[in-house]
Amino acid sequence: MAAPKGAAPKGAAPKGAAPNGRRRLGPLFIVALGWIALIALAAIFANLLPLPSPTDMDLLGKRALPDAEHWLGNDQLGRDMLSRLIYGARISLTVGLLAPVIGVLVGGCLGMLAGYFRGPLETLTVGGVDVLLAFPPLVFALAVTTYLGQSVLNLTLVIGILGIPAFTRVSRAVTLSLTEREFVVAARALGATDARILLREILPNVALPLLAFFLLGVAVTIVVEGALSFLGLGVPPPAPSWGSMIGEGRESLDLAPWLAFLPAGVMFATVLAFNVVGDSLRALTDPRPGAL
Amino acid sequence: MSEPLLSIENVAVELPTPRGLLRAVDGVDLKVEAGRTLGVVGESGCGKTMLSRAILQLLPKRAALTGRVMLGGRDLARLPAEALRKLRGPELAVVFQDPMTSLNPVLTIGTQIVETLQVHLGLSSIAATKRGAELLAAVGIPAPEQRLRQYPHQLSGGMRQRVAIAIALSCEPKLLIADEPTTALDVTVQAQILDLLAREQQRRQMAMILITHDLGVVAGRTDEVAVMYAGRVVERAPTRQLFARMRMPYTEALLAAIPKLDTPPHTPLPAIAGRPPDPTRPLPGCSFAPRCRYADDACEAAKPPLADPEKAGGLYACWHPL
Amino acid sequence: MSAPLLSVENLTVEYAVGGRSLFAVSDVSLHVDRGETLGLVGESGCGKSTLGRAVLQLRKPTGGKVLFDGTELTTLDAAAMRRMRKRLQLIFQDPIASLNPRRRIGDIIAEPLIIVGVTDKAKRDAKVREVMTAVGLDPDVAMDRLPHEFSGGQCQRICIARALILEPELVICDEPVSALDVSIRAQILNLLEEMKRRYGLTLLFIAHDLAVVKAVSDRIAVMYLGKLCEVGPTETVFARPAHPYTALLLEAIPVPDPTVRPMANIPIGEPPSPLAPPSGCRFRTRCPRADAQCAAQVPELRDTGGGRFAACHHPLTNA
Repeated sequence: MAAPKGAAPKGAAPKGAAPNGRRRLGPLFIVALGWIALIALAAIFANLLPLPSPTDMDLLGKRALPDAEHWLGNDQLGRDMLSRLIYGARISLTVGLLAPVIGVLVGGCLGMLAGYFRGPLETLTVGGVDVLLAFPPLVFALAVTTYLGQSVLNLTLVIGILGIPAFTRVSRAVTLSLTEREFVVAARALGATDARILLREILPNVALPLLAFFLLGVAVTIVVEGALSFLGLGVPPPAPSWGSMIGEGRESLDLAPWLAFLPAGVMFATVLAFNVVGDSLRALTDPRPGAL
Repeated sequence: MSEPLLSIENVAVELPTPRGLLRAVDGVDLKVEAGRTLGVVGESGCGKTMLSRAILQLLPKRAALTGRVMLGGRDLARLPAEALRKLRGPELAVVFQDPMTSLNPVLTIGTQIVETLQVHLGLSSIAATKRGAELLAAVGIPAPEQRLRQYPHQLSGGMRQRVAIAIALSCEPKLLIADEPTTALDVTVQAQILDLLAREQQRRQMAMILITHDLGVVAGRTDEVAVMYAGRVVERAPTRQLFARMRMPYTEALLAAIPKLDTPPHTPLPAIAGRPPDPTRPLPGCSFAPRCRYADDACEAAKPPLADPEKAGGLYACWHPL
Repeated sequence: MSAPLLSVENLTVEYAVGGRSLFAVSDVSLHVDRGETLGLVGESGCGKSTLGRAVLQLRKPTGGKVLFDGTELTTLDAAAMRRMRKRLQLIFQDPIASLNPRRRIGDIIAEPLIIVGVTDKAKRDAKVREVMTAVGLDPDVAMDRLPHEFSGGQCQRICIARALILEPELVICDEPVSALDVSIRAQILNLLEEMKRRYGLTLLFIAHDLAVVKAVSDRIAVMYLGKLCEVGPTETVFARPAHPYTALLLEAIPVPDPTVRPMANIPIGEPPSPLAPPSGCRFRTRCPRADAQCAAQVPELRDTGGGRFAACHHPLTNA
């Protein structure tokens, strides 16, 4: 009787614990986040920026070096490089963000349902995912662009659908391990419905790993979009995207290597930034502070 | 008296944590002679595992160890990695709590034993296999030749722990550290494993450190017991003497909190109120004072030293011994 | 005498393991009277936890009946069973794992109220505070924290609070203290006893530690490889075990007294695989009294008088 009372006033964890368990994210994370913010803001407000049109050609200023008017010079058709990079960011980021959204929504839900309910649903999902994975992605992209035409929407759909299997697998794996956990059994023992368990017990625990994976997905998508555009399967010209810029710049690598290397460098930095942010968030996924 | 095999002098282990420096082990002195068994008892978080890691030189990278760990006249903390590696096996061996994680799941039992024997004793593969089967038989595993070809997951928990003991014993260590060797096992199996350890210890005249949270485990199977609380040894005495006359209130409370078979059902247990102190916030006085019913201002003010003021052979750290 | 609150009749739970079937619980019958604590003991893998979960229909039994207050649970549909759950609660072995790491303590404890449809937030909060105080947690400090900020013992208090908030009639405690330290273990056992009095609970207390079970149980049931060996009043069973397995369990407990020599020779061996249980009496492979009859014939649970039942051809006592 007397014993438990003694423990009562001590209530909770040590008083001196770091406020809200906030952990330091390090300067690299800040720099990465800053870069993403810079690119994103530039892309969003491209119309408002005092930039020359990305598609206006200045045939006298082909491959011009940087000057006061064209800060990063012109490309092989005399279009402003900075403007093309920023407008290219629009396409790259739109596709880069939207395609993984398709993956995370469809794949995340499928994976959670498959991992939670098991049985035929799981067999079907895993089978479907395997089929999708076995399908050659380039053939799929070619087929879609051939029959539905080249557009940002189609490009997003193609990459998004190709990304579903990876998200399904992550989400199913996390859910599988969670479903065995006692707090899920506890919720069942309390009489919670399956929907409630999925939303309140499973989803919050799947969300962070999925978010971290989503950011890595953004990075991969930007590269894939670049590759598809480089191959001419991406956004139709003359709209710029980083991939198509690299592809076009390739033709004058010997004359003006920066035409290819500039977009490549921007893409590299952006992809790296998303990876850094994704990795940092994954490290935060564990709710416990740096366990002993 | 003979020179002790292991002598730990003023050992402290500090770990950086997000909440500050954690003093897991705080100035511990211990001695173990060849052929003797020392029981180290304490609750989780009292530093007993960190102490065993300090002896084994298997501390986490960020941990800082001070003090001396003398094994057979050498300070382990100052030995180069290569010399230390050679010591592990023939001089120093360990059995961990969870045999499922201490055995490699993708290698057969045989491979794991035979490799140890080949590396440390330089046996040929045939001789090592024969010796491995003998070792398994010695730890009470039936049909040892067949077991050698099995994987850890094909064995029960008790059998896995026997295999882990066989591997630990394979190089005839002079000191065996058993870190909660039976905590993951059922009572009937626990009794068998403890008997096995005691038998092998006697037969080989090894020194053994038996680490546990259960006073019942050390009672019949050790020569000396050290009780740890909040990183320090708070009482240390020959086992019979300790159980006959406990001086430190913590030891007494720990014993009283164990449910007894001879008390009738529904008797309230004399629980120790509260929880151990936060190891990152050391108290100026006795660490047990906040939970101790004998505590007064003196206990809160200064740490009692581990001493034997009555020259009775038992050490305790308390201002108001029982 | 009134009907028992819980009565389990010929319960069988079967798993499929690699094409073979494993009888985790094999034809077990027992009952728990209103207001009593039945201790269920056995080694790991004996089916005691499976039995607890089968009672709660978290694991569908393959045969037999579970009668709770006269209602047969095995045939209830999902919705009716969900409604029934507020009267039956479960406390787990690992208190930390049984709390969702991403939800606040206040929400975790309030969850049962939300599930049964208490929509009034103020009412929920008041109830949460009441039950938290009852289990020895300070609501002002603990409500908004996450489970990882608490020690194992405190997490178990949270689990107990969650189990008690709907004021259930039967609580199944599945090894509630085996993951805890000795000093904390005693606190939690005392708390369970106090809560039992306060809320008028009936407990099915599952554990592998006979001493722990003895501290809280009115009657105990001993299980081995999916079958009951012995059932009876706690004091009688501990004083004079009838089944050799009970005697073995009792002798294996380490006694914290160096003058008591540990039992010289515990019968070597471990429970055989439940995939291939021995014929006849399942304990015969480890039993010092086993003979041909034990191999040939399954011993039935027989009344040995005084409310005690044992399933043994050669019981140690007939008292």
